[in-house]
Amino acid sequence: VTRQRKFIAGGVVIALALAYMIYAGVTQSAVYFVTPAELRAAPVPGKAYRLGGMVVPGSLKWEARSLDLSFSLSDGTATVPGYFKANLIMAKHSEEYKAPHDKSEAGYRELLKTLRGEGR
Amino acid sequence: VTADLGYGMTIVALGLALYGGVSAGVGARTGRLALIESAQHAALGVFVLVTSCFALLTYAFLTFDFSVRYVATNTNLGTPFYYRITGVWGALEGSIILWSWMLALYTVILIVRHRVGARELYPWALATMLGILAFFLLVMTVAAPPFQRQVPVPADGRGLNPLLEDTGMITHPVALYLGFTGLTVPFAFAMAALITGRVGDTWLVLTRRWTIVAWYFLSLGLLIGGWWSYHVLGWGGYWAWDPVENAAFMPWLTATAFLHSVMIQERRRMLRLWNISLVILTFGLTLFGTFLTRSGVIASVHAFTQGSIGILFLSFLALVLLTALGLVAWRWEALRSEGELDSVLSRESAFLLNNVLLVAAAFTVFFGTVFPLLSEAARGVKVSVGAPFFNQINVPLFLSLVFLMGVGPLIAWRRASLDNLKRNFLWPVALGILAAALAFALGVRSLLAALTFATTVFVAVTIAVDFTRATRARLRVGESLLPAMGGLLVRHNRRYGGFVVHLGILIVALGVMGSHAWSVQTETTLHRGETAELAGYRFRFDGLTAVEESNHFKVVGTFTVSNGRVLGVLQPAKKFYPQEQAPIAYVDYRLGLREDIYLVLGDFARDGSQATIKLQVNRLVSWIWIGGVVLTLGALLAILPERHKSA
Repeated sequence: VTRQRKFIAGGVVIALALAYMIYAGVTQSAVYFVTPAELRAAPVPGKAYRLGGMVVPGSLKWEARSLDLSFSLSDGTATVPGYFKANLIMAKHSEEYKAPHDKSEAGYRELLKTLRGEGR
Repeated sequence: VTADLGYGMTIVALGLALYGGVSAGVGARTGRLALIESAQHAALGVFVLVTSCFALLTYAFLTFDFSVRYVATNTNLGTPFYYRITGVWGALEGSIILWSWMLALYTVILIVRHRVGARELYPWALATMLGILAFFLLVMTVAAPPFQRQVPVPADGRGLNPLLEDTGMITHPVALYLGFTGLTVPFAFAMAALITGRVGDTWLVLTRRWTIVAWYFLSLGLLIGGWWSYHVLGWGGYWAWDPVENAAFMPWLTATAFLHSVMIQERRRMLRLWNISLVILTFGLTLFGTFLTRSGVIASVHAFTQGSIGILFLSFLALVLLTALGLVAWRWEALRSEGELDSVLSRESAFLLNNVLLVAAAFTVFFGTVFPLLSEAARGVKVSVGAPFFNQINVPLFLSLVFLMGVGPLIAWRRASLDNLKRNFLWPVALGILAAALAFALGVRSLLAALTFATTVFVAVTIAVDFTRATRARLRVGESLLPAMGGLLVRHNRRYGGFVVHLGILIVALGVMGSHAWSVQTETTLHRGETAELAGYRFRFDGLTAVEESNHFKVVGTFTVSNGRVLGVLQPAKKFYPQEQAPIAYVDYRLGLREDIYLVLGDFARDGSQATIKLQVNRLVSWIWIGGVVLTLGALLAILPERHKSA
């Protein structure tokens, strides 16, 4: 009986340790998904967020030399207020069917030409 | 026509699988052999039909038959020959065909191997296999039909997802699916054992090798997946705790636990209930993984299309789990252990702890993966936990598991005496501590690195101790050295195959630790002729060129790498596919035993004067692949038929 108790006690200790590690892990590394409108409604400075939305067309600015990328993010109703610094950007784009020979390819052709030094 | 023919064959196959499953079940209940034989014929028929479906779809890919929608969306006239074959399983519908085909193949092998010799269990196992096969054929008919007509027939198709244009795409999904589907066989025998009430050791002995085979393929699939991630995706790592990776990792963990706990049941007649539960859990996790990756419930880089398939998988998972748990409850009395644990210091308890930790790791991964769903359901907010969560919890779990890898195989069964402990572990412990001290003296200051060195050396020495001892015993009876060592590997292939797997894990562990602790990276923008520096390497930007390929064109950057002397030229690129909105990065790297140089081309100026790059020097990553090769070789050794019957 004492032997069985030892095993049960061991199991309980392991379960408790795991529960604690999970609890601590969640509280430390939880990241909240928000949209710009939700962030605008209740911003908490210094908290980690994962912000989802569409890049506002024309707002993209890229400074190659200083590696600065900035853009406005919108969910249709609101854009991100103030300044939001990201340490990770995940791009997502649609997977829908698209005819292969459409006008976007013209852009690639042009790019190809400039890279080859033609038409400069 | 192709689409209709394929669809027709799928429906007939579904009908046959259903008939065969019922027939095998009724045959098993009533003992009418004719019904069981009829089920076997049905299973063979299903195999032939699914093979034909697969061949038909491949033919459609090779001949650019765009009247089939799946072909039109996943290939185009520019897709090279090779990728038209791998493109067959490049998206959801084709991957379900591949899955069904493998399941049908395993069913046929099961018939060939177990028709004679497993009288009671075999018909029920066959019925279970056919039932599960019927589910996948149902998915192929209603939720993800690969054979659907495309009207009107387009002149050209959309093209394969460019990330899948890689040689790894033939091996990675095939290996992973062979692993996943292979785990169905132990489950089928477990069900047969529960239904017939023969929950003793027969089903375990029958499925032991099946599990190792599935485990081998699953490990191979995970490793190739990591390699693909490292050299194709171009984010610089090999594992991101992405839901899809987790989906494959969870059944691997529980299958590993099962492979170990089997040994206790064989030896000590314990843990019957636990073993049955592990097999059910493992199979459930393979279904759950498929649900997770194919339903789009969780955002993932691998996410496939959404649709009715998610609810179908979830319902089937619920059905499987409820049935299995019902059967377990029904056989509760028979599943109680005969043996009992004798001492905390024994091989049994080392294995038990190994199992608890593996299941704990699987639970952690599960919890972290579904956490966004849980929190949204419970509190209405979407919260995710990232890689830090998984690392923080799993690193201590895995380190303990590695430590147990040294303890388990050498500690005595039942009760370890102080003498036994001293005899087996004095040297390993001493050398392990010495390794940590040596690392400290050489300037390693990370606690994690020191602990990893100590445990890996400890385990490696235990393996060496065991092997030397066994070899010496053979030398004493007059064998010479090499035949003695070879004989050990061949005659006790299960034990020594296991040791080789352990060695592989040790090497992988060192690689993972090294890459996390010592890799460095930076990002910068260079003008032509300018040089960037990282970790003693100099990268000079020599310019950009454009190259046109059959189905895309790419912009290639040329960089000369040197560290005092010129090491070579790296040419990372960006590929532009007409069907994709964003370009795909093409990494270039130079692999080394000590470190890899890894270069990604980011943005660039259109006139070729300027390029933004990400440079990485990744330490010890190659050891992960080397360890992986060792590990799979060990698994192969363990799969070989056993020559020596040890008790």
